Amino acid sequence: MIPELGHFALALACVLAIAQSVLPVVGAARRDARLMGTAVPFALGQLVAVGAAFLCLVWAYVVNDTTVVNVVANSHSAKPLIYKISGTWGNHEGSMLLWVLILSFCGAAVALFGRALPTALKARVIGVLGWIAVGFLLFILFTSNPFTRVWPPVPDGRGLNPVLQDPGLAMHPPTLYFGYVGYAVTFAFAIAALLEGRVDAAWGRWVRPWALGAWCFLSVGITMGSWWAYYELGWGGYWFWDPVENASLLPWLAGTALLHSAIVVEKRDTLKVWSVLLAILAFAMSLLGTFLVRSGVLNSVHAFANDPARGVFILALLMVYVAGAFALFAWRAPRLAPTGIFAPISREGALVLNNLLICSIAAVVLAGTLWPMFADILTGARISVGPPFFNSATAPLAIPLVIAMPIGAMMPWKRADLWAVLQRLWWAAVAALAIGFVTLAVAGYPVWPVLGMTLAAWLIFGAAADIADRIALFRRPGQAFRRALALPRAAWGAAIAHGAIGISLAGISGMGVATDTLVQLQAGQSTRLAGYEWRMDGVSDVTGPNYRARRATVTVLKDGSVVTVLTPERRTFIVDGQTTAEAAIHTNALRDLYAVLGEERGTAAVLRLHHNPFAPWIWFGGLAMAFGGMLSLSDRRMRVAAPAPKGATVPA
Amino acid sequence: MSETGKSRRWMLYAPLGLAAAAGAGFWVMLRGLQTGSYNPTGVPSALIGRTAPDFSLPPLDGADRPGLSAADLRGPLPGPVLVNFWASWCVPCVAEHPQLMRLSRDGVPVLGINYKDKTADALAFIRRRGDPFTRLGVDEPGRVAIDWGVYGVPESYLIDRQGIIRWRYAGPILAETLENELRPLLRRYA
Repeated sequence: MIPELGHFALALACVLAIAQSVLPVVGAARRDARLMGTAVPFALGQLVAVGAAFLCLVWAYVVNDTTVVNVVANSHSAKPLIYKISGTWGNHEGSMLLWVLILSFCGAAVALFGRALPTALKARVIGVLGWIAVGFLLFILFTSNPFTRVWPPVPDGRGLNPVLQDPGLAMHPPTLYFGYVGYAVTFAFAIAALLEGRVDAAWGRWVRPWALGAWCFLSVGITMGSWWAYYELGWGGYWFWDPVENASLLPWLAGTALLHSAIVVEKRDTLKVWSVLLAILAFAMSLLGTFLVRSGVLNSVHAFANDPARGVFILALLMVYVAGAFALFAWRAPRLAPTGIFAPISREGALVLNNLLICSIAAVVLAGTLWPMFADILTGARISVGPPFFNSATAPLAIPLVIAMPIGAMMPWKRADLWAVLQRLWWAAVAALAIGFVTLAVAGYPVWPVLGMTLAAWLIFGAAADIADRIALFRRPGQAFRRALALPRAAWGAAIAHGAIGISLAGISGMGVATDTLVQLQAGQSTRLAGYEWRMDGVSDVTGPNYRARRATVTVLKDGSVVTVLTPERRTFIVDGQTTAEAAIHTNALRDLYAVLGEERGTAAVLRLHHNPFAPWIWFGGLAMAFGGMLSLSDRRMRVAAPAPKGATVPA
Repeated sequence: MSETGKSRRWMLYAPLGLAAAAGAGFWVMLRGLQTGSYNPTGVPSALIGRTAPDFSLPPLDGADRPGLSAADLRGPLPGPVLVNFWASWCVPCVAEHPQLMRLSRDGVPVLGINYKDKTADALAFIRRRGDPFTRLGVDEPGRVAIDWGVYGVPESYLIDRQGIIRWRYAGPILAETLENELRPLLRRYA
C-alpha cells in the first residue's frame, strides 16, 4: 500500500510540475499577475508530493518490504538501520528520486525566500525549474520506477554492495546532489534572463548566493568522495582522474568560474553574456555527469547499473535542456549588451583571467574525459587517458592561476596599480619561497612537491596578507581587532576559501613524497618504512553485524616507543560473499600512517603500508573552502538581495 | 553591423554546435552499446566471430601438460573451450582461479596461456591452488598476447565447436560472471 502511495505521489508531482512549467511562464509573457502567482503554490506542492514519494521509499527500505524490486535488489534485513536508510539513495532509482527531491526543495526555496525578486523573473525561474522537474520525473516514472513490485515476495533482499556500507555513502550523494541541483537554479536564472532579454546587477546579486551555495556543497561532496576513496577503496590514493570523479569536478570548475564572474556582473554590470553562458555550462556539466554515470557509456568503479534505454532517455533530456539553452543563448544573448568598461589591470581584469584559466582547465578535463570514448567511435582506437595526461595538462594552467590568486584578490575595481599590490604581498612571497627552500632541504629534489609547497604557502600567506591589509594590521595595529570584526564576512570568506586551496595544495604536495611498501610478515616480524618500525603482532578473526573479518594487529613504533596500533581488516560480507579491505589509518594532522591487509599466505600476512605526509590537509582544505563559502553566504549583502550599503568594502 | 559584429554572432552558436556534436557522439555510443559495437568495459575484440590467430606455445616445464597452439583451437572441437591468459603475479587471477577449477571439474576444457611469468612461480601457483588447465602454453615474451590483443591479465576467450571466438572477457571471471554470462554462453554453443 505504501509503495503505491509513493508511486501516486510521484505521478502527482509530475502533473504539478507540468502545470508549474507552463502557467507561470505564460503569465510572465502576458504580464498576467494571477498566472505568475501560481508559481509559488506549484513549487510548494511539488515539494510536498516528491517529499511524500521519497518518504514512502525510505519506509519500504526501513521495514525491508521485499515486495518492492528496488528493496530486494539493494537491501537486506540484516543491514544496520542507518545503511537501510542510506541504501534508499545508494542505487540508481533511489538516487534519481533524491535528485528530484532536492530539485523541488530548491524550487520551494526560491518560491519562499524570493519575495524581493521581481515577479516576472521569479515566475520564469520557477517555471524553468518546473521544466527540469518534468523531464526527470518522467524519466523516473518511465524508466526507473523505484516502486515496482515483485510478486510473490522474495524471502529477503540481496544486500547492498559492501563497499557502499559506509557512513561516507550516507552523506556523499546528498551533498553532491545539492551541488548539482544548485546549478539547476542558476541555470533557471540564466534561462529566465535570456527569456526576459535582460541581465542586470540585481540578476548577479541573485545568482551569486545560489552559485556560492551549490559550490559549497559540491566542494564538500568532492572532498568526501576523495576521502572515501582514500580510506575505503584501500589504494592509498585520493584522486584517480576517474571519469566519474571528473564528472563532479567539471561542474565545480564551471561553478567556480561563475561564482567569480557573477561578482563582476553585480559590481561592474559587465561580463553578462559570459556569466549566462557559465550558468548554463555549470548545469550542463552536472547533467553530463549524470549521463556518463548512468548510461553505461563509460567504465568506472562508480558507475551505476547500466541500461541503454535509460541512457537514451537521459541523453534526450541532456539535449533538450543543454542544446535548447544554447540555442536560446545564441538567439537572445546579443541583447545583453555590456555597459561597463574594462581595464586589464583591475579586479575585474583579474577575475577575467581567473575565468579564462579555470575554463581552460575545465576544457582540458572535459576533453581528457570524453576523448577516449569519442576516439573509440571515430577511429576505433582504444586509448586510455590517465593521470599523466591530466597532471601535465592542468599544471601549466593551474600554476599561473594560483600565482595570480592572491594578487587579484587584493586589486581594487576599475583601475589597479599592480606594483602597489605586489608591494603589499612581498612578505607573503618571501615566506612562500622560504617554505619552498625548507621543503627542498627536507624532501630532497622532487620538483613538483617543492613547487606545490611553495605555491601552497603563497596562497595561505597571500590570503593572510589580504586580511592583514584590510584590517590595517601593520599600519594601525591598535584598531586592527575592531576593524577585523567590522570586516564583511564575504571578505573573510573569500580569504579563507583562497587560503584553503593552499591547504589542499599542501596536502597534495605532501602526497607527492609519500612512500609505501608491500611486505609479507609473520607474526612478530617487523619492517621499516619512513623512519617507523611496523610490527605485525598477528591476525585474528572478528565478527561484525553482517560480515566476518580477518583483522591484523600492526604496532607502529618510533625510536622504540609505540606510536599507534593499527588494525586493518579484510571483511567478507555474509550475504553476498564480497570482500572489502578496510584500511587502518592513524593521523597526527601532519602525516598519515596507513595500513591495508592483503591476502594471507600460511601464517604470514601480506600488508601494504603507506606513509602519507600532509595527507589530511587535502580534505581539511576542501572543508575549509566550503566553510569560507558558507561564511561569505552569511554576509548580510548576500541575504536575499539586501541592497548593498553605500561605501561597503567589496570582497572577492 | 560590422564584420566583427557578425563574427561575434557566429561565436554565440559555438556552444550549440559543440553540444550537438557531443550529443550525436553519445547517441552513437548508446546505439553501439545495444548492438555490441561499443563496449566500454572490455576491449571490443576484433577477433569476435573469427578464428584464433596463428601461434604455437611451448608447454610449462614440469607442469605435465601439453603446450598450446592455434591448431588446438581449430574446429571441429568436441565442445566449446575457454582460453585463459593468466600470470602468477596477477592478484585478480587468484580471485578468478576457483571459477576455472569449477569449469574444469564440469568438463569444460580450460586452455591456459601463462603470460610474462617465471616458470618456478607459475608452477608454484598451480601446485598450490590446483591446475584447471588441460593444455598450458607459455608466452613468456608476451608476443602471442599481442596478436590476441590482450588488454591485461586475466583475460578469457570462449571458442565454440567450429573454432570461432564468441566471447571475450577482460578481467577476472568471478562467480557472478560465471553464472550470468559464461554458463549461458556455454549452453548456447554446446
